[in-house]
Amino acid sequence: MKILAFDSSNEPLSVAVVDQEKILTEQTLNIKRNHSIQLMPAIEEALRQAQITLADIDRIAVASGPGSYTGLRIAATVAKSLAWAQDIELVGVSSLKVLAANSYPEKDGLIVPLFDARRQNIYTGLYTRDEAGTLQQKTPDTHLAAAEWAEYLKGQTGTIELVGQDAPAFLETFQEELGDRVHLAPAIQNVPRASALAFLAQHEEPTPTHTFTPTYLKLAEAEENWLEANPDHKGEDWVEKI
Amino acid sequence: MLILSVETSCDETSAAVIQDGNKILSNIVASQINSHQRFGGVVPEIASRHHVEYITLIIEEAMKEAEVDFDDLDGVAVTEGPGLVGALLVGVNAAKAIAFAHNLPLIPVNHIAGHIYANQLMEPLEFPLLALVVSGGHTELIYMKEHGSFEVIGETRDDAAGEAYDKIGRVIGVPYPGGKHIDEMAQVGEDTFDFPRAMIHEDNYDFSFSGLKSSFINTVHNANQKGETLDKNNLAASFQNAVVEVLVDKTIRAAKEYEVKQVMLAGGVAANTGLREGLKEAVAEELEGVQLVIPPLSLTGDNAAMIGAAAFLDREEPQNIDLALNAQPGLMLNLV
Repeated sequence: MKILAFDSSNEPLSVAVVDQEKILTEQTLNIKRNHSIQLMPAIEEALRQAQITLADIDRIAVASGPGSYTGLRIAATVAKSLAWAQDIELVGVSSLKVLAANSYPEKDGLIVPLFDARRQNIYTGLYTRDEAGTLQQKTPDTHLAAAEWAEYLKGQTGTIELVGQDAPAFLETFQEELGDRVHLAPAIQNVPRASALAFLAQHEEPTPTHTFTPTYLKLAEAEENWLEANPDHKGEDWVEKI
Repeated sequence: MLILSVETSCDETSAAVIQDGNKILSNIVASQINSHQRFGGVVPEIASRHHVEYITLIIEEAMKEAEVDFDDLDGVAVTEGPGLVGALLVGVNAAKAIAFAHNLPLIPVNHIAGHIYANQLMEPLEFPLLALVVSGGHTELIYMKEHGSFEVIGETRDDAAGEAYDKIGRVIGVPYPGGKHIDEMAQVGEDTFDFPRAMIHEDNYDFSFSGLKSSFINTVHNANQKGETLDKNNLAASFQNAVVEVLVDKTIRAAKEYEVKQVMLAGGVAANTGLREGLKEAVAEELEGVQLVIPPLSLTGDNAAMIGAAAFLDREEPQNIDLALNAQPGLMLNLV
């Protein structure tokens, strides 16, 4: 199965083509640039390097979130448009899980990928590796205060590896609760790799293309306030054909 | 020549299939208005989220209704700006992906040019022409001497006409967007307040609506303080007359000075009954031999059909797929 995978959920942009167990090509950019300008040219280049066309692709894997709202929307829009236009399977994988996939801690170690969500908040999750080395998700990905997450982790056993470029900025907050149980992942593990995304996507069920949307893990502020004021209105379809 | 077009610049997700720049095979519009009504105006982040939810579904529907397949298409057109950046990005990236997937030319279109070219779906354009573009974000008089040539000869110095409608709509207590409601009330009321006609006598084609808006708000507030109740229909009629009179007056003057063959109305406020009637009367009375083109209501709001009509512009140019195409929220019309 040939998979085209891409992740533009945060500042890094990674695109890969993977065929079964073989990475055919992978490019990861980690400079502040515009994903809307770069994603499609990077996809075109990846396919060219892999010497295949989009029609040869069996599955598109996209990092579905959380992350930068704009980055998520660019990847989700490109993913569902390519998938729909060429009738290719679509798989969304948590962008935190993609980051966690870089980490191979010692036995029973906990993997904590995180992204800065501003105002001392983070997007984060809790992952481990089982006996076979397969990544396992222990709790749902979440958006919360870094201090609150540190307190939660205090109740979990095992060493904790923080993964991601934003992790160093929060190390102190975690150390306050967790002392030397917590450490930073080596730099090589801090940037998401689309090849890891592709390997994760091999084991997931495809999702319906038209209804695929990013996993923001957070409502727009106006929506949040509105729902608070109107608790009875939930899950309505606000868009109508005219 | 068949163009698939996509428009997501604000709060409508739309896709269309247009033949030869003047025939609509399909024009699907999904409106988010019920969503944004909750907030009294368009919330950009929420608009962007809705666009991602619906984008491929709406494009598929447009192609199904037109009964065309990718092989039948000659290009993909998309609004690159102006508009809300997050909203534009969804359409731009969807269009790039589809163009790439089927090796089709990608045609970026200016949203304002689209509004003007909506009229080409009714009548062939005849040059030189003058277009009055009025919407929630724009109030402009645009002179065109030929296809693809746009000269902005007048524009608003503050609020757009549609924006002023929304703002006084809030004061008068009608749901967002206010324009339609104010228009309906104006049909019943009379112009009893004589609000200012800003810049009407000035020797230029610019507009200003913030003074009118303030005058309106002050009138209502003063009455409230004195415990008086003003007739809302008369307020609406007085406001509408003030807006329409300035728009029509300057359009007629510009049409005379530039000796145009056609005058056209474009943009969301082109749905306004007062403006449509006012312009019809004035053109009939004052502009002999000049054709007035007013789009049907279905083409006044944002829609992808108009983007497909404007995309036909570039038919002589060799087209490449510029996969680095980006949204241009502040895109200007090319001044030629």
